[in-house]
Amino acid sequence: MNVPADLKYTASHEWVRKEADGTVTIGITDFAQEALGDVVFVELPEVGRKVAAEEACAVVESVKAASDIYAPLAGVVTAANDALKDAPEGVNADAYAAWMFRLKPDNAAALDALLSPEAYKQNVAAQK
Amino acid sequence: MLKRTPLFETHVAAGARLVDFGGWEMPVNYGSQIEEHHAVRRDAGLFDVSHMCPVDVLGPGAKPFLRYLVANNVDKLTSAGKALYTAMLNESGGCVDDLIIYFFADDRYRIVVNAGTAEKDLAWIERVRAAGGFNVAITPRRDLAMIAVQGPNARAKFWQVRPQTRAATESLGAFFAADLGNLFVARTGYTGEDGFEVMVPADEAPALWRDLAAIGVAPCGLGARDTLRLEAGMNLYGQDMDDSVSPLESGLGWTVDLGGDRDFSGRAALEKAKAAGGLRKLVGLRLLDKGVLRAHQAVTTPYGAGEITSGTFSPTLQVSIALARVPGAVALGDQLTVDLRGRPARVQVVKYPFVRHGKALI
Repeated sequence: MNVPADLKYTASHEWVRKEADGTVTIGITDFAQEALGDVVFVELPEVGRKVAAEEACAVVESVKAASDIYAPLAGVVTAANDALKDAPEGVNADAYAAWMFRLKPDNAAALDALLSPEAYKQNVAAQK
Repeated sequence: MLKRTPLFETHVAAGARLVDFGGWEMPVNYGSQIEEHHAVRRDAGLFDVSHMCPVDVLGPGAKPFLRYLVANNVDKLTSAGKALYTAMLNESGGCVDDLIIYFFADDRYRIVVNAGTAEKDLAWIERVRAAGGFNVAITPRRDLAMIAVQGPNARAKFWQVRPQTRAATESLGAFFAADLGNLFVARTGYTGEDGFEVMVPADEAPALWRDLAAIGVAPCGLGARDTLRLEAGMNLYGQDMDDSVSPLESGLGWTVDLGGDRDFSGRAALEKAKAAGGLRKLVGLRLLDKGVLRAHQAVTTPYGAGEITSGTFSPTLQVSIALARVPGAVALGDQLTVDLRGRPARVQVVKYPFVRHGKALI
């Protein structure tokens, strides 16, 4: 299971990367893409949408099931990866390259409360 | 503990993702189920179907027994090796299971029933046998494993690894089988492609699987099996029909033979239902908006409510397709709506099968 050391994580299998301009980039983890199977559609939030922490704001639809993606932090959506609409299989090919959307968080410090790579790995192990 | 086929260790070694299917620990995929699906449509794929149960039906009463047991008519089976697809009905006309019957002689048939229903089926079969006093021996063949090789190149690849079978199987027509003693080869399948389903003694299955995989036949799991069969318009027992619904409302009217006065289990109930009218029917749906149609989603029609029985994303067509049970007045070409995760999505009623021999039919 691939869990990059430079990212933060959530219990619902999102990864979060802090960018230099203060925004955060969000996707789903390698564990999540493997559990979902072949991804066929990705529904992304609109740029400008305000989201609350843990609000369902995107959907990943695989052959197996539809899965909600949750905003890890409260904030405003600043970008969505439209390339995923035409090539949703990118999520399976490389979950950490297939970013889904970017947020400007209301509170940058809230990022610190997210799971470290170690904590995420333990979280996943406990679920098995 | 879940049941395991003779190929379980083989699947583990191949990195299969395993799931509980009808009480059996089976591979759902070995990686990408979409790639496995494409392999079958374009070349050849390999399926472990040993969880299904072959059952030998032997004895002087075999033919009259089967004439009564199933809704299709085994009188149609006049050549050795010929096969018949049918439903087996309870007294209310509901489907106990769907199965294939292979004929070899009036006193020698083999049937294959579904994995999740095998125990129920065997109990039902014995009940019907005993109630009718039929002189027939029913023998489940759990000593056999079953491997399906499916795709345009499937038969050729099978002959490559088992050349000694070619002479006896090369001229098999579709829906015919050859009993070669230690190998039973049937030109049947659940994918809409050409190919064989092969029964072998359990301890010979790993070698056959290994030999086929070694020449490039792609191992395929239950995920691909489901997208393939749905594209091919084939029913899945437990989803598209069950004990509570008749074949007439499950797209299986063509498998019911009501000709003549052959009595069969469920016949009276079917005739009564036909006479009463108002039967629902199974239709094909194609999603016009983005998303994936799934079992149990509600369908809204001008004639009343319906329900999706099976849905998926079709890898060959690149669109979502489904089978749905709807009021009988619904017609081909009608545009309906489906409740897709709380929002209404547009679907069109299309004929099915959706794909056959690799080609889109819709």
